[in-house]
Amino acid sequence: MRVNLTVNGRPQEADDVWEGESLLYVLRERLGLPGSKNACEQGECGSCTVRLDGVPVCSCLVAAGQAEGREVVTVEGLADDEELAPIQQAFIDAGAVQCGFCTPGLLVAADEMLERNPSPSDADIREALSGNLCRCTGYEKIMDAVRLAAARRTEGV
Amino acid sequence: MDFLRPASWEEALAAKAEHPSAVPIAGGTDVMVEINFDHRRPEYLMDLNRIPELTDWEVGEESVRLGASVPYTRIMEHLRTELPGLALAAHTVASPQIRNRGGVGGNLGTASPAGDAHPALLAAGAEVEAVSVRGTRMIPIDDFYTGVKRNALAPDELIRAVHVSKADGPQQFAKVGTRNAMVIAVCAFGLALHPATRTVRTGIGSAAPTPVRARTAEEFLAAALEEGGFWDNGKVVTPSVAQEFARLCSAACNPIDDVRGTAGYRRHAIGVLARRTLTWTWESYRTAAGEGKAA
Repeated sequence: MRVNLTVNGRPQEADDVWEGESLLYVLRERLGLPGSKNACEQGECGSCTVRLDGVPVCSCLVAAGQAEGREVVTVEGLADDEELAPIQQAFIDAGAVQCGFCTPGLLVAADEMLERNPSPSDADIREALSGNLCRCTGYEKIMDAVRLAAARRTEGV
Repeated sequence: MDFLRPASWEEALAAKAEHPSAVPIAGGTDVMVEINFDHRRPEYLMDLNRIPELTDWEVGEESVRLGASVPYTRIMEHLRTELPGLALAAHTVASPQIRNRGGVGGNLGTASPAGDAHPALLAAGAEVEAVSVRGTRMIPIDDFYTGVKRNALAPDELIRAVHVSKADGPQQFAKVGTRNAMVIAVCAFGLALHPATRTVRTGIGSAAPTPVRARTAEEFLAAALEEGGFWDNGKVVTPSVAQEFARLCSAACNPIDDVRGTAGYRRHAIGVLARRTLTWTWESYRTAAGEGKAA
């Protein structure tokens, strides 16, 4: 089947989509957007997190056909042309990226949380990122990065 | 596989009547896992996301008519007053990403004994609105779970909503797992005090082939509270009463050993959760009653 959707602000069309295929597969394999990562395929790890009509979801658990006519934002849509999004810059500055596999999902989830809650407590950050697994960092640097992004946002830097 | 996209509830019912094997998909948090892992290859996959009324809820006099696809996130944010037990249970579901997609209709459709909503629904009291082209029937929650991952729905029926009784007293939900997020319950317990009828209701998750109530424990506790005049005097529940309630809740379990825990552990833990949730809810009731008298 054919699926039409908007990805990172651009209308996209995916052809020959299998009916049981996930949105994640469409993004990665049909639309050439490999930023969203495919790890657990069961909603446990959050590495495939994208925004579907603004809401963070695991794209591995959205059937491709369910995304018909919807708006999707992936990690590729966070940066503004050449300039990284504040959350991306904060991850680099805080050393929150090690192997990088979980990073795209964490960036999308953290970016959405900061939009909703510009001054999150540590508990807010932990809860917002509780569906994203990282096996390298022990999460401390990730916490630092989100705090840094929040602080820069508040300071208007 | 065919992908069905009904644009309205009527279309969905017609499609389900024509293809009773069609698997409804809303949040996808159960169905997509099975498809991704090749455990299921339904002939028809029916997307319910295009039916807006499934994500609506109506707060009535007695109950909340909760659309089958209202995401857990919405329940946590908007129904904490009317459905405190369910709101607490919703907050323990998986992660924000999953709570943004999954809802109670899917939990009921899957009917896993470990589904987080079930103990809260059993404790609050609820009816499932099951609809087909033949008409609508209300299935009491006590009759809904018929076996491991089996429910009382007919092949041509879809869940339109669940009608959950509004809280008339304190409710609690507690769940045992290895961490706060992304946990399938080792076991879970829901408790609702119903001061209006001077009864209590319970719900046990993940400790029997289906979600169950601990009826003997409920009857014991209601009788003990009545006998001791507790509803009126607002005294602390006697430890021996709490202990016996916990024991009877444990006895209502019929658990198995599995990767998440042993049967013995589950039985023990349900007793602990029963005692704790009784303490918490009774404390809320006493405090509220005390404030009522002072005012």
